[in-house]
Amino acid sequence: MKWFDYAAPTSLAAAITLRAEHPGSRLLAGGTDLLAQLRSGRIETAFVIDVKRIPELNVLQYDPGGGLTLGAAVPCYRIYQDAAVSRAYPSLAEAAGLIGGTQIQGRASLGGNLANAAPSADSTPLLIALGAVCRIVGPGGERMVAVEDFCTGPGRTVLGPLELLVSLHIPAKPARSGAKYLRFIPRNEMDIAVAGAGVAVTLDDGVIRSARIALAAVAPTPLFVREAGDLLQGQPPAPEIIGRAAALAGEAARPITDMRGDIEYRRHLCAVLTRRALNAAIAKAQEAN
Amino acid sequence: MSEQYKILGTRPIRHDGVDKVTGRALYGADFQIAGLLEAAILRSPHAHARILKIDTRKAHALPGVKAVVTAADFPQSPDRIVDLGEGETPLSYIRGNVLASGKTLYKGHAVAAVAAVNVHVAQEAASLIEVEYEELPCVLTAPDAMRPDAPLLHADLKTTEFGEQTGRASNVAEHFRHLLGDVEKGFADADHVVEREFHTATVHQGYIEPHNATVLWNQDGRVLVWTSTQGAFVVRDTVACMLDLPVSQVRVTPMEIGGGFGGKIPVYLEPVAALLSKKTGRPVRIVMTRQEVFEGTGPTPGSFIRVKMGVRGDGRMVAAQAHLAYEAGAYPGAMVGPGGMCVFAAYDIGNVVIDGFDVVVNKPSTAAYRAPGATNAAFATESVVDELAEILGMDPIEFRLKNAAREGTRRADGPKFPRIGCVEVLEAIKAHPHYSAPLEGPHRGRGVAIGFWFNAGLQSSCTISVNADGSVVLVEGSTDIGGTRTSIAMQAAEVLGIPAEKVQPSVADTDSVGYTAVTGGSRTTFATGFAACEAANDVIRQMKERAARLWQTGAGSVEADAGVFRSNGNSLSFAELAARLGETGGPVIGRAAVHPRAVGGSFSGCIADVEVDQETGKVSILRFTSIQDAGKAIHPSYVEGQMQGGSVQGIGWALNEEYYMSDRGAMMNSSLLDYRMPTSLDLPMIDTHIVEVPNPGHPFGVRGVGEANIVPPPAAIANAIYRAAGVRLNRLPMKPMAVMQAIWSARKA
Amino acid sequence: MKQCKVRVETWINGEPVEFLCEPRQSLLESLRDVLNLTGTKEGCNDGNCGACTVIFDGRIVTSCLVLGVEAQGRAITTIEGIADGAKLHPLQQMFLEEAALQCGICTPGFIVAAKALLDSEPGPSEDRIRLWLANNLCRCTGYDKIIRAVQRAAAMAQEVKI
Repeated sequence: MKWFDYAAPTSLAAAITLRAEHPGSRLLAGGTDLLAQLRSGRIETAFVIDVKRIPELNVLQYDPGGGLTLGAAVPCYRIYQDAAVSRAYPSLAEAAGLIGGTQIQGRASLGGNLANAAPSADSTPLLIALGAVCRIVGPGGERMVAVEDFCTGPGRTVLGPLELLVSLHIPAKPARSGAKYLRFIPRNEMDIAVAGAGVAVTLDDGVIRSARIALAAVAPTPLFVREAGDLLQGQPPAPEIIGRAAALAGEAARPITDMRGDIEYRRHLCAVLTRRALNAAIAKAQEAN
Repeated sequence: MSEQYKILGTRPIRHDGVDKVTGRALYGADFQIAGLLEAAILRSPHAHARILKIDTRKAHALPGVKAVVTAADFPQSPDRIVDLGEGETPLSYIRGNVLASGKTLYKGHAVAAVAAVNVHVAQEAASLIEVEYEELPCVLTAPDAMRPDAPLLHADLKTTEFGEQTGRASNVAEHFRHLLGDVEKGFADADHVVEREFHTATVHQGYIEPHNATVLWNQDGRVLVWTSTQGAFVVRDTVACMLDLPVSQVRVTPMEIGGGFGGKIPVYLEPVAALLSKKTGRPVRIVMTRQEVFEGTGPTPGSFIRVKMGVRGDGRMVAAQAHLAYEAGAYPGAMVGPGGMCVFAAYDIGNVVIDGFDVVVNKPSTAAYRAPGATNAAFATESVVDELAEILGMDPIEFRLKNAAREGTRRADGPKFPRIGCVEVLEAIKAHPHYSAPLEGPHRGRGVAIGFWFNAGLQSSCTISVNADGSVVLVEGSTDIGGTRTSIAMQAAEVLGIPAEKVQPSVADTDSVGYTAVTGGSRTTFATGFAACEAANDVIRQMKERAARLWQTGAGSVEADAGVFRSNGNSLSFAELAARLGETGGPVIGRAAVHPRAVGGSFSGCIADVEVDQETGKVSILRFTSIQDAGKAIHPSYVEGQMQGGSVQGIGWALNEEYYMSDRGAMMNSSLLDYRMPTSLDLPMIDTHIVEVPNPGHPFGVRGVGEANIVPPPAAIANAIYRAAGVRLNRLPMKPMAVMQAIWSARKA
Repeated sequence: MKQCKVRVETWINGEPVEFLCEPRQSLLESLRDVLNLTGTKEGCNDGNCGACTVIFDGRIVTSCLVLGVEAQGRAITTIEGIADGAKLHPLQQMFLEEAALQCGICTPGFIVAAKALLDSEPGPSEDRIRLWLANNLCRCTGYDKIIRAVQRAAAMAQEVKI
């Protein structure tokens, strides 16, 4: 790697100042993407800003009324180790356990996963399905951006050069709701998703009150397929309508052919995964009280 | 055979074990020496290109850079043919692969190297070297390279056909043919004939430790090498040859090695580090990155294979034909010969023709990978055998038993089998509980296959020195990849009649032990063990003479048995006698240098249960059993380990591993993320069953076991997928997308 | 601007340690090249093989993806700190007895990773062990004897507690 200097600021203000002083600087949370990319030469920087000492990025706070505040640097393992968070958002805890393997989960964060903006990010579809929102802070103040609007292309986000993703806010879970993220990988762990589907459903009196469906690895960004979720609204959760929603998700996918899969296969997988995830989420919603 | 062995068949803790579980064992990259410089290599980005110009000025100018080398720094001696243990090759090919001269023949081909104060500076400097290339069209598969209009990799490469030089410029280095009987008549006699084509992708041995070398070109002119290698003497001979030095001027110290499987036999880094050390006067270390391991070492050939087999209605195989076109990579030497030796080795067939083609392509120059060439061939043969069994309505094992090779069966490549365990392995499969266990559930299936590897003998040396406390030091030259220093020590212990813990094995450098061939070819426990036995016998002979001196009797009247020396009512234990060597004439050192010829081949079979997800094509291994003829299992845990390791490599080869190449010859997945080797979560326990049909050519009946176990798994899994999903795949890997596409095609049909 | 190394104060295997490293040097490089703790191995340098596993503030991480400077103020356990003085840890003993290593290059990473599992979860199932260790690649053993060694070490730990 080329030489870079390093700082670990302890406040947001200090971090923003450093960003301004070092154009082209990179933010370091878990490091599992950044270091690999610096080493492979995919990116270069002369200055690395370690954000893990900034308190707002380490918050993991849940209350049943307000929902979950997840600091952008909180590593995956903290999510699934936290009993309250795992009980409230089992799908999120499960997704955090899918990224890489145990060692990666010891460092990688969902915020970092999102900000790295890989189309295949495993946690982003579920965050979209859960209606999560990003809290972004910059010199001009702060703003909130829906997760589905955060990524603009492979490796690109709405963040301005001096802005930081500080935390994610997942709304309080409605009663009788369930969510699930399923991905397809050739092995059983470690792989980048060939395709992934994150869904969340809320039931009301036996029908689907709302459904949100998002896909991984089949578009330049994580893909929110609004129309597939809308199709389910007001419908009783029956196999036929679930199948149609899944088919819609498959059609909405815009994958490329690369070393992980071709277009036809990935579209097919999107439909399969969406259907399976919907069934799982609906089952959870039906159990939930 | 019902020998009662004291040591053989037990499971002592390996002698190097504590060092390896505490992190104290020193592997090549752990070696420290004062003044060490680190080096990095610049590699070609093109699959096929002419080198027009190399400008190293910017690299030299970077602070911290101490030296830069290219092929021009090799001694500019005229080319000659050399044999460094893998057959005759032009020296220019061997040098050319280490540092390219004139042309680069694959993406990743080394072009230049830089030594600097640390690896980061070295890497940055390497990137500053400016190379002007003229890109040339490339060929990436054997069929493409064999076309008459294919671009040629080597202007001077002319096809050898049936042993004779044809003078034809081509990418086909060699075409051989094995003939037995009359295949035309054989197929005419057949009631059923199946002919299929198969494609296998390039795969890598996947050792976890990247290649490394530390070299000091000392001020006294000796070149000192510390490296992780399967063959210290191969390194010595190759480095000496490349640098035009006498072998005595090179000393190679083999460090512990983190896996090889054949891929750490060729030499890549040592000559480069030597040239850099010569220029700088300091020791230089090079450690490959994982990407360099994929792109700059020796994977195993991808292949195109056509197999045709004919059977009579009663199940007798009457004819077999194979066309094996293997990719050699950039330089000739694909292991298609061994493929030809093994392709029909399990069967007694009177009419056979085998055509083998060694074809150069613009990929890294291939190296051996655990039974090289045999796995590709078995994928083809065992798939066709499975189809024929189904056509005949015969049980797959019964069909194989009806045609199994036995002692005296003639192989198409010439030899007649000596005592061999093919039938015993097949019977063991049939008798194994896994074979008859119910397999319930949809989309599940069971497949079997059998494979063969002939194993190697080659040269080994050994000395055993007796200590006054009754223990011995055993010095040998086989680097220990899998526990062999212990299996060798156990054989010496058995002969000497002392516990295995009393034999202290030591793997020595090339100055300290006699010539020893590579750790590979399943030869180490066999041949170096053979040497250890002979050295131990030499020790026994000398100690009998010492006892005779003490008892003032003739040496001929002294008997040695199970560690006790006796004569006429006198007796001394090994330890008691060892304490008295000083007074009876001085130290006792036993020696042996062997080249055992009576090598025992090994048959291996496996049973695989799979489940296929019909919506994604993903194949899960539910249960796997490996069965192999070990002749005599010296240390059963390490024999089981070889069977399990080879099986899992075979599973990876079957399901997910491949070099995914772009049209322009770049490997797109040169990382352990996308080159998908099995993880612990992808596998069940791997059950093993050791068969022992002793090899008459070894004192204890040992057959090499390292390799044959990787041969049958891909075919067994293909056969299992057929029973689970109704589709036969003829391409490796049988990755999920390929299985899904096969299922879709079958549904349309 | 002058390129300055950074001074890092950390705890390694229970001892306070100070070292200098360049910011671009990973924790793995710092351990091996700066501190001569060569027991932790490099296999891929991008987090995919687990050979470089260490325990970092109680969690296993791939040290190739951690910077040396990030060790400031942290507690790290490497393979060199697993044995209890002259006494091998049960995992080390079981790896030897079960022959759970062949070439041994992945062994330090597996032992450190497995120790973290047994420290936090007594009596893990086979599936749990396999999942926990999925980030550790072994090419020699096919994992069978490694899993058995971990199971036996877990059983030993249960016995001691009773």
